[in-house]
Amino acid sequence: MAKQKYMVIDVALCHDCNNCFIACKDEFVMNSWLPYTDEQPRHGPRWMNIERLERGQYPRIDVNFLPKPCQHCAEMPCAKGFEDVVSKRDDGIVMLDAEKAKGKKGLVDACPYGAIWYNDEKDVAQKCIMCAHILDGKACASICMPRCTHGCPTGAMAYVEMDAAEFAKKVAAEGLKRYKCDISADGLVWYKNLYRFTSSFIAGGLIKDGDCAEGVTVSLKGADAPDQVTNYFGDFRFDGLEPGAYTVVADGKEIWSGTLDKSLNIGNIAI
Amino acid sequence: MGKIVRKTNSTTGGPVYVDVDIEANGGKGKIVRVYPMDLTDDDPKSWVLEARGKKYSPPRKTTYTAYTAGYKAMVHTNRRVLYPLKRIGFDVNGERNIDKRGEPMAAGDPLYPGYERISWDEAFDTVANEMMRIKREYGPAAIVAEPSSHHLWGNVGYRHSTLFRFMNFAGISYGDHNPDSWEGWHWGGTHSWGFTGGLGNPEQWDLFEDTMKNSTMIVFWSSDPETNNGIYSAYESTVRRQWMKELGIKMVFVDPYYNHSAVLYSDKWFSPKIGTDAALAAGIAYVWVTEGLYDKEYVANKVFGFEEFRDYLTGKGEDGVAKTAEWAEAETGIPAHDIRALAREWAKNKVQLAAGGLGGWGGACRGPTGMEWARMMIALAALQGLGKPGINMYSTTQGAPTDYYFYFPGYAEGGISGDADNTAAGLVLINRMFDGITSRHSSSNLNVPPGSFIPRFKIPECFMGDGKVEWRGKGFVGAAIEQQFHQYKYPADGYPRVQMYYKYGGPHIGTMGETNRYAKMYQSELMPMVVFQSIWFEGETPFGDIILPACTNFERWDISEFANCSGYIPGCFSQANHRMISLQMKCIEPEGESMSDYEIFHGLAKRLGIDGPFAEGKDELGWVKQLFHASDMPKIITWEEFLEKGYAVVPDNPNRPRTPAFRWFAEDREQDVPFQGQFRPGDTIQRKTLQTQSGKIELYSQSLARFDKALEEQGLGADETRPPLTQYIKPWTGWHYEDTGKYPLSVLSPHPRFSFHTMGDGKDAFMNDIKDHRVTVNGHDYWIVRINTKDANARGIKEGDVVKAYNDRGAVLLAAQLTERVPAGTVHSYESSAEYQPIGKPGESPDAGGCVNILSSSKFIGKHTSGLATEHFRVEIEKWEGGN
Repeated sequence: MAKQKYMVIDVALCHDCNNCFIACKDEFVMNSWLPYTDEQPRHGPRWMNIERLERGQYPRIDVNFLPKPCQHCAEMPCAKGFEDVVSKRDDGIVMLDAEKAKGKKGLVDACPYGAIWYNDEKDVAQKCIMCAHILDGKACASICMPRCTHGCPTGAMAYVEMDAAEFAKKVAAEGLKRYKCDISADGLVWYKNLYRFTSSFIAGGLIKDGDCAEGVTVSLKGADAPDQVTNYFGDFRFDGLEPGAYTVVADGKEIWSGTLDKSLNIGNIAI
Repeated sequence: MGKIVRKTNSTTGGPVYVDVDIEANGGKGKIVRVYPMDLTDDDPKSWVLEARGKKYSPPRKTTYTAYTAGYKAMVHTNRRVLYPLKRIGFDVNGERNIDKRGEPMAAGDPLYPGYERISWDEAFDTVANEMMRIKREYGPAAIVAEPSSHHLWGNVGYRHSTLFRFMNFAGISYGDHNPDSWEGWHWGGTHSWGFTGGLGNPEQWDLFEDTMKNSTMIVFWSSDPETNNGIYSAYESTVRRQWMKELGIKMVFVDPYYNHSAVLYSDKWFSPKIGTDAALAAGIAYVWVTEGLYDKEYVANKVFGFEEFRDYLTGKGEDGVAKTAEWAEAETGIPAHDIRALAREWAKNKVQLAAGGLGGWGGACRGPTGMEWARMMIALAALQGLGKPGINMYSTTQGAPTDYYFYFPGYAEGGISGDADNTAAGLVLINRMFDGITSRHSSSNLNVPPGSFIPRFKIPECFMGDGKVEWRGKGFVGAAIEQQFHQYKYPADGYPRVQMYYKYGGPHIGTMGETNRYAKMYQSELMPMVVFQSIWFEGETPFGDIILPACTNFERWDISEFANCSGYIPGCFSQANHRMISLQMKCIEPEGESMSDYEIFHGLAKRLGIDGPFAEGKDELGWVKQLFHASDMPKIITWEEFLEKGYAVVPDNPNRPRTPAFRWFAEDREQDVPFQGQFRPGDTIQRKTLQTQSGKIELYSQSLARFDKALEEQGLGADETRPPLTQYIKPWTGWHYEDTGKYPLSVLSPHPRFSFHTMGDGKDAFMNDIKDHRVTVNGHDYWIVRINTKDANARGIKEGDVVKAYNDRGAVLLAAQLTERVPAGTVHSYESSAEYQPIGKPGESPDAGGCVNILSSSKFIGKHTSGLATEHFRVEIEKWEGGN
């Protein structure tokens, strides 16, 4: 099999600079790359769609971003009913036939990730093609990776050409995940530190004798989470938690107990 | 797609390759893509830094910002002014219908309602003839040009260059800029430590290496380098901060808003109530002073006025209040235990205080308490031994270890103007650019202290008032601390009132304060003629009587270095990981009938009879070549090679002297930093001291004490807004005062993330689609206001609702974003909307464009200054249901 063209996105390194989103528009708006794809309308579609998730409550929060292009699913769920439009290249890139996608508004709902957009001006369904026109050397570009990746300043996006077997090792070694893997377990787009977008934390601070309590061991009941030691602000945080019932124990004493349905700042607690 | 050719250009958001379809638009060309530049193996090697057993070397590629990535959509847009326009109803020789300026009108050109298309000949003749008539009938300085900041990039085309050369030869005066990103450092910080040559900002030389080798903690205070990119340097410093994080350097953030740098790096975030930063600093200093956690030897030798400062902190000062952590908690809302923990951890570590995002700057310096904040930051740095290894004031943006000794000018060196009074031309460039015979510099006899000029921030008062307008300090006061106190007035003695306002560049109705003033000003009979030289039909451009269409720097020639402005930011270029000098190629022909600024001024110069002195027979490329040869560029590349390749990288210079900022001061040596950053020898004692009277860091500022004495002698009373002793002053926009019942929400309004001032916003460009920049509701792109979930719930406001933010100064319609990134009581909305879209009468109705500065104050930052303080103000917000 040909080398696959992967994109690895690290959620922990994305701060929503939008270079990927704008680079994508720069490449496809006012430029027709037929037969790969017709031009993107000036406004509206987000072939690179950056989703925002704030976790926690003031002041113990974090803010996470998930740049979401077409996931280039191995299973191609969008192809159901559109077998003649959707195809997969040898390198794994999922393409919509630019001619046959005309008038196919149903494709928009066929993608469970919301990554297919309808171009009303050209009357055609469109999506991220992972800059296949550039990767194929058909676009007079002096770069050889997708535009979003090339414009990323934090290293949050990496373009990787690799054999599938070799990439599987990378997935295991780096803990890469597919977003919503129950929809599609395999494909070209993989995420690092995805837990920051898909799970919750419990955070708080310990106070002793009116000052921040540093060096206190805090443990969590309800999940297999390693104990935390409070920092110089008396802060602790358990991350990567699923919804459920939890109890926080500090210095052997229960300090909080409750049900977690979203990330929680349990506040400053005197011990 | 036609034939694609790769060209080079550069912007305020980084240098770029530009792929151009040279056959498109009938051979005028079309931009296909704009992207960062990968260095090749032929380019010089990058620097390598060894720190803590590891080697670090930067990526061999430039970075860019989103608005630069989307520049194509600003060049090719239906919001461009494509041909000269005349306002319907404006007759320069007859009825001018001044009160109709800005009035919505369906008539006229379909692209530009209210205007009719005219030829360049008519436009040039109208403006030039009126200029000559005004000069004859009123005398000098009756024409004032006022440019925007940062709307284009390039040494030749920049406002200090082409505009100043034209102004100086044409006899046009100036609308001076106040240092609107420096304010607190400029009006406050200089009195603590001098640095007038940086407008109060500290030196930053070689502090990257110092941090990597020696520091263990960074406190980012009103500092968001991932948003403001220092200045001009895109994401060059991002990788360097990532390395610092990898080294385990602790990072704490103090900012009312959980900013974008905090998103990536913060271990802990504090959000002081708006305007109370100096109280938090006092609380920290109290812990140090009472627990003995400061550098006593350094303070004894390097700090003046410590005893008074200590007494102020411990309650032995005039107010008799000890600035305990509990006191600071009551002022700032930050828990006392956190303040003590921060103070103690700070004292234990080698800390870089990143006050502001450039080394200085920071939104806090642009607020009403900006002067106290800047002075308090200096005090904190001083108490911990500023300048000792690992201990400094460093914002992590400048100080990359490139070659500091290769000479290439920044735009603030004046380019082709050679104006040594109003630019930094006198530093180096004037001596290398003009031989005085074949090419001559220009100078102004109007835009100088004994001449006549006006402050941009008070233009409406100048034009609309019939009395005198007074202020202190001319523009950026860089020559001496005391020049801040010099008083000016409009009209200046013997000079006329202004008869023509020549607005050049981008709009500023979104960037100044209480900006309904400007909308009203345009409808004043006291402003007989308004000319706009604009690229886009936006902001207040549709108030102009004549609009001259300019082009972008992608449509003309220029030359520049990545992130190099020089002047008041010595070593600005050291933000970039490689010193990258670009030929800004004319990538395409100008859109429509637009012209470069140089060609527009050239056209006017011909009619004014000053074509010879102005142009010297050169076009822009001729000036680019002259500037190339005035720099060190011929040492590394020939002109012919440069024309072909489009850029050059300055080789690394690993053997140059390493001179960390302030190390000379801490070690009692002569100031050894590169000369651009050195004090004037006469301002120091044996070149070993700071610029202050004592030569030390003055926590009690003797320059301010002297000024107070002078004020008292004049019967004006001491300046309570800027007392000699460094201290916290309750902000007049803070939670103590100013209509807190009526307007309970405090607004933080920093420089924006997805545009540079107004460059990048509006223009039907791509940035409007960024979710965190504007939100589309019912087809209209609203500017965003960020509200804590509790405040939103209390007002029945949901995510994406259109809301009205208002106070006594006006009202703005915005889209609500619900967030925990501000605490309840604080809201966040960037300044600098490019759009001004009043829903009714201009100046008197809510603005749907998003100019939140309509709501900020026009009050000066201090009683005897001319600085703005627009970062903070108070509002009420309600769901918008239509109407007014």
